[in-house]
This record gives sequence, C-alpha cells and structure tokens, in this order.
Amino acid sequence: MKKLVLTASLLAVCIPGVFAQKYMTRTGKVIFDATTKKSPEKIDGKNNEVASMLNAETGELVFQVLVKSFKFEKQLMEEHFNENYMESDKFPKSDFKGKIANSKDVNFSKDGIYNTTVAGKLTIHGATNDVSVPGTITVSGNKIKLAAKFAVKLADYKITVPSLVEDKVAKEASIILDAELTQK
Amino acid sequence: MFSSKKLVLLSLVFTAFSFTTFAQDDLFAELEKNAPKKNDYSFATFKSTRLINGSSIECLGEGVLDFRISHRFGQLSQGMENFFGMDNAVTKLSLDYGINRWLMIGIGHSAFNKEDDGSLKIKFLRQRNNGGMPITLTYFANASIETMPAPSLPVATQTWLFSNRLFYTHQVLIARKFNDKLSLQLMPTVVHYNLVDSTKFSNNTIAMGVGGRIKLTKRAAITAEYYYRLTNTGLLVYGSPTYNAFSLGFEVETGGHVFQLMISNSQGLTERTFIGQTTDSWPKNQLHFGFNISRVFTIVKPKGYVENKDEKKAW
Repeated sequence: MKKLVLTASLLAVCIPGVFAQKYMTRTGKVIFDATTKKSPEKIDGKNNEVASMLNAETGELVFQVLVKSFKFEKQLMEEHFNENYMESDKFPKSDFKGKIANSKDVNFSKDGIYNTTVAGKLTIHGATNDVSVPGTITVSGNKIKLAAKFAVKLADYKITVPSLVEDKVAKEASIILDAELTQK
Repeated sequence: MFSSKKLVLLSLVFTAFSFTTFAQDDLFAELEKNAPKKNDYSFATFKSTRLINGSSIECLGEGVLDFRISHRFGQLSQGMENFFGMDNAVTKLSLDYGINRWLMIGIGHSAFNKEDDGSLKIKFLRQRNNGGMPITLTYFANASIETMPAPSLPVATQTWLFSNRLFYTHQVLIARKFNDKLSLQLMPTVVHYNLVDSTKFSNNTIAMGVGGRIKLTKRAAITAEYYYRLTNTGLLVYGSPTYNAFSLGFEVETGGHVFQLMISNSQGLTERTFIGQTTDSWPKNQLHFGFNISRVFTIVKPKGYVENKDEKKAW
C-alpha cells in the first residue's frame, strides 16, 4: 500500500514534466509597419520584450505585448502611438491566445522547419478578433523559433486615424513576429 | 470511512484532474507568474515643454530639438487703430534640446527688453501608474540678460553695471496626470532681479504658480496658468505697478507641431517678466493675444530603435 502511494505521488510529480512540454520567452520581437506611399516618414515600431509561451503537447500558444515597450525612431511618434492610437494607459497590453492548427505535424523533438497555421483570438486596443495566421516553426534542440508575418486592419481593432492624416497611415499594418522560445 | 485503497484512487483521480486543469490552465497566468515587474510611467502629462508662458514638467526626448516661435501681440483693447494689438508684436525664438530623457537645455531670444536667456531642465521624479510615485517633479532654471542700450544716467561719472542686466529664475515643477483628460501642475518659483527700481523692493520675488490642462479631444486641449506672487507684490517697473499673470490657452497638435493660442495679461515672454514684472491687468482689460508654435526634430535616433533592414527583408 505504501509503495502504491509512493508511486502515485512520484507519478503525480512526474506527470507535469512529461506532459506539459512548455517553451517560453520574454524577449520575442514584434515589428509593426503602417507606412504608406504617402507617409512623409516611416511609421514603424519595434518591440523586443514580447512574452510568449507554447504548450507543445496541446499546441496552445500565447503571446503578450506591452504596448509601451514599442520603440520608435521618433520619440514624438512613440508618444502619439501610445496616446492617440493605442491608448496604452487604458489598454496596456495586446495579446494573442490560440492553437497551432496542425500541431500533430510538428515534431518538437526533431530538428527541422515546419509550416504551420495558428488560429486564435488577437486582442489589440481592447478589441478582440479571430485570426488565422500562417507561419513557420523551426525546431533546433530545446529551442523553437516562431516566425510569422500578417496584417491587421486598424478598423477591426477600433484604432481610429484622424481624417487629416488618413492617407498617411496604412489602413492595414503589417506585423512581423520573430520569437525564439526555450524549453522550460 | 474510506478504505485506504479508495483514498489512493481518489487522490490519484484528484491529482490527475488537477494536472489536466493545470495543463489547460491559462498559459497567460503562467507567463504572468514570473513576469519581471515593469515600471509603468505615465507619459504626455502635457503636450509641450511650455504650459503657456511658463514651463511644464515635460522634457524633450533624447536627441530631440525643439524650435519654438512665440508671439505676443499688443493689447487687444487698442482696437482697430492698432489692429487689436497685432501691430505691436513681441517675438521670442527659442531652441531647446533633450540631452537625455531627464536633462534638457535651451537658449532663447526675446524682443521684449531684447533679452537673451539660457535654461536648464532636470526631471527628478516620474509619475508611475502602477503604484509608487504619484507625481512628476522637474527642476527648471533660467538665466537671462537684457541687451538694451544702457540708459543715460543722471550723473555722468556713473556707469551702468553689466550685472544690472541679469536675472535668474528657479522653479520646482510638480505635476500629476490624473487621467487622460486632466493634468495639474504646481510651480513654486523664485525670481532674482539683480536690479530693481528702488531699494524699497526686494531683489527676490517668490511666487506660487498653478496650471493645468483639460483635453477636449485627443489632439486639442484648453490650458490655464496663474502665477500668484507671495512677496514683492508692490514691485514697480519704471514706475508702473505690477500684477499677477494669468493666461488662458488653447492648444492643438498636428504631427510634429504643437500650436498654442493664448490670452494673457503678460506681454513678456521670459520668466522674470511674466512672473514678477507684468504691468498689465485683467480687470483693466489690458489683455494680449498670442501664440506659440513648436516644431520638433529628431537629431539623434533613440537607443531602443535600431534600424535593421534585414529584419523586414526576411519576409
């Protein structure tokens, strides 16, 4: 009986180690670009503090971005981005929660590049939309690299552009994601 | 009572259940668990480094140059004769530069008394949204020199000392952004005049300023600024009595510009004039219309932003 209890408790301790194969990072990168042909200057920002976690077993994937951590070439643009467009005091975080659609096709224990589609809910500026984004997963040892490029319609996330600069800011911003997650 | 077998089974089921819930548990929660605490500083308490006449707590960003043109017209009450004061404009040109996030230097020239000035601004405390510091505190110092020709003195052997032309201002600016609409600021101030009209007056004027802004839209706001003198209120300037300066403003921002329109009883544009030597008054309807235009230029790109074309090319 004692043995059984011991095995059970041992098993219980081991279970999360076996099943919850999790990968994470806090230094992922997201770049957004809303430059148009009529923009007088580049409208892009870079965030190097993107947090992400992946559960390899279930294919669940989350991203979290602090809006104020976006860096810009011009300080004033950063202020406008935070104050007028993203309202980052009201909506400090943007995040994504979803699943790798074909996670069974990805062998996390075998090095290689896998094409995937990730579907889930993207929340920006307090507005949530269902998105499906193609990307790649590169497995190398205990590290996996996630890369994707997609577009977000500003209107879908209730981000308004004043009519005065309407044609100077892209209606769809392109988002480039690049994150290297390490096994926990 | 449970048999021990049942108990083990139950605990097994329970642990298995708890782990399944754990595995499906919000990955967000797990991310948050060990997240490094980041200071959430409030930003854009005011639109510009100047509230109306005086300074705001805002410093320029690192490597940012601000070119500012300020105009104060003659008295509105002058009517058509002087085109409501437009014919008697006073101009100030200034350049300010942000050495880093908390240190700003500036130079300026004002046509009023032909005054040149140099200034320094240091941000000591920053307001935080997630607990801790409730205010932003900035120190502002300004020294100015009047470059008008020396007045003719009654005694020929007397000379007009260079030191007579110098003025100094020190301010502690304390502000809080209460929400995205309302920001308020307190400005305890000391102005030192190397020369005053008579020995009856002190060379120092101590004043308490209050100011604030209320945003009407994301890009437009109304502002107000009042300097209440605690000492030296009887100061005369070339025989004229002086008043506390009160200004009402409206500001609009478009891209890299900030336009500030104001009505004030002060026509002077340097600290020593509008704080301690304002010779016009609201009750007497001696008001001046004016505007500031600020244009910022990025001279040095911020550190966090490194342009790397390959990042985008990869796709």
